[in-house]
Amino acid sequence: MPDLAIRVENISKRYRIGVLQSRPDTLRDLVLDKIHRVGHFLSRRAKNSYESPSHIWALKDVSFDVTRGQVLGIVGKNGAGKSTLLKILSRVTDPTEGYGEIRGRVGSLLEVGTGFHPELSGRENIYLNGAILGMRREEIDRKFDEIVDFSEVGKFIDTPVKRFSSGMYLRLAFAVAAHLEPEILVVDEVLAVGDAEFQRKCLGKMNDVAQEGRTVLFVSHNMSAILRLTQETIVLDEGRIVMRGPTPQAVDHYLNMGLTKQGERFWQQGSGEGESGPFQPVALRVLNLKGEVADTVNAVDGFDIELEYRLDSAISGLRVGLYMLTTRGEYVFTSFDTDDPGLFETFSERPAGRYISRCTIPPYLMNEGRFVLGVNASSYRIRRFFQDDKALTFTVDATGAPGTHWPEPRVGPIRPKLDWTIKKIEK
Amino acid sequence: MENAHPKESQLPVTYLRPAKGWLSMDLGELWRYRELIYFLTWRDIKVRYKQAVLGVGWAVLQPLLTVLIFTVIFGILLKTPSQGLPYPLFALSALLPWQLFATALQRSSVSLVGNANLITKIYFPRLAIPLSTVLAALVDFGVSFIVLLMVMIYYGAWPGWRILWILPIVLLTLVTALSVGLWLSALNVQYRDIQHMVPFIIQVWMYASPIVYPIETIPEGLWRSLYGLNPMVGVIQGFRWALLGGNPPDLTMVVSMGVVLILLITGVYYFRRMEKTFADVV
Repeated sequence: MPDLAIRVENISKRYRIGVLQSRPDTLRDLVLDKIHRVGHFLSRRAKNSYESPSHIWALKDVSFDVTRGQVLGIVGKNGAGKSTLLKILSRVTDPTEGYGEIRGRVGSLLEVGTGFHPELSGRENIYLNGAILGMRREEIDRKFDEIVDFSEVGKFIDTPVKRFSSGMYLRLAFAVAAHLEPEILVVDEVLAVGDAEFQRKCLGKMNDVAQEGRTVLFVSHNMSAILRLTQETIVLDEGRIVMRGPTPQAVDHYLNMGLTKQGERFWQQGSGEGESGPFQPVALRVLNLKGEVADTVNAVDGFDIELEYRLDSAISGLRVGLYMLTTRGEYVFTSFDTDDPGLFETFSERPAGRYISRCTIPPYLMNEGRFVLGVNASSYRIRRFFQDDKALTFTVDATGAPGTHWPEPRVGPIRPKLDWTIKKIEK
Repeated sequence: MENAHPKESQLPVTYLRPAKGWLSMDLGELWRYRELIYFLTWRDIKVRYKQAVLGVGWAVLQPLLTVLIFTVIFGILLKTPSQGLPYPLFALSALLPWQLFATALQRSSVSLVGNANLITKIYFPRLAIPLSTVLAALVDFGVSFIVLLMVMIYYGAWPGWRILWILPIVLLTLVTALSVGLWLSALNVQYRDIQHMVPFIIQVWMYASPIVYPIETIPEGLWRSLYGLNPMVGVIQGFRWALLGGNPPDLTMVVSMGVVLILLITGVYYFRRMEKTFADVV
């Protein structure tokens, strides 16, 4: 019999959409809701309410097992059910259906800093947080010095953590969690927070944990980290496991899953500013190397962005362009289809008709991350026909980009491939 | 690498299953998490006194000021009978268990919502949260009790060994607050109306308990029996008796304990039934 750490069978989790979005917050809602339900019950009897549209399955029939000492990656888009799965495994919430068995203590790094109280000192928070994570008091006593060392907060240990810098706060929180020594470690996207130094530390610690033969479940959007740390990966989509396999294949599968699903935005007739305006946007698309609409594109391959639109009458001096922004709202660049004086000359007046303006983002330019596209159509200093600052978002994956042999996120929206020389100038 | 892990049989096995309506009241689990309860209680106490300028002073001022107001209004102006005791002493001896109850109830009913970040991220028996807030209320009580003792010395009232009776009575107070707190905290997760209702409930409850007036004010017979259904009647009567003498607790105490027991069992049951959904709803 294999030495299993985790075994789950047909785990499903159903949420009431009302619970997620607009739960009945007040007793009045409850009363109305009950009246409704009685009405429903009388009218349709015992019809299976599971299929009712007010419920969604965040997970559906998920089965897998993990042998002890395995490092398993879990990838999937937002809303694919990753977090729900981790919550079920760490018993925060119960499955609606199914069965599972977990052998050993589960420690999760999805809760770095959970239960930290800003008014309490670093020392007090170590004890509090340790107890919350399931450590016994003598265990914390024993590891206390080690935790303080690891966190590097040193002499601030008796300062209330509200006076800590966010870096110190995270390091302390991670230090407590990292010393939990669970048999099973669940890591959820902690690498997305904190500075590069902190992230290196997290990865290092995870490597150690894996080396020690503990079981690790690693959830991330960072494909380089997944590739580096795991041998096998599960791909979740819409609450189901769509693939489980060696990590390189699974990551490929995941990246290709985005194809044709999103990466495209349509506008209704009459969306142009000034309802009867001459400029009518039709669609904005992100295209991968093969010309397919894709939500996730690869930075190494480069990709295209195209805007389809209709001109109901001729416009002179028109420029149609894009803004690219990070999800935090910082501009990456602005570019117009008639930036080139030659093209501007050629299209000094654009007659009525249907058009596509397409631009190519060269390979090795973008960094990984989620980006926002804005659209602008205007005649310089004359009139703005259309503007949408948040027309579409898409993801750039940086697998294979410069420096990805170090599985750490890089700051900055671009990650260009630059020529470097290394010259020895002195013995 | 051998022996890096205990044998498989030694590892705790956790089973994941859908929540069922009827759950065993797994109190053993609560015991295993006793250190967490201790730390949560300790956190509540520590944080409360760290943030208040007067700190422990509030636990002294609050009963004193309240008694002052009661004495002026009920003792002097309305001339409420006080079982032959000085009115301040009469009121303070009831106010102490009452404030313990009110504080514990008030804090426990909002405790789950206040700890939402813990509930949505980490598993532990959810009972630990209201339980620790109820326990934390004891610190205020301890301080106020010293004030009461000083007032008693001032009036020359000394109960002798009878004073030890307050220990079980304080326990009963806490259990009462916990039972109601379990109901209200679990309901409050789903219906935030509860937290607006709690101050009102507490106020009504206070006037429905023999704090500013003696129990004799309530006509004997049916009304008195109905009155006894309020568990705080037995608690306050017993507390007053343990400190100041007078009528010893009678059948009212037994009725109070019965009511508390029912509230506790249903409260724990309701709480355990709902706790599986706290993380999804809170």
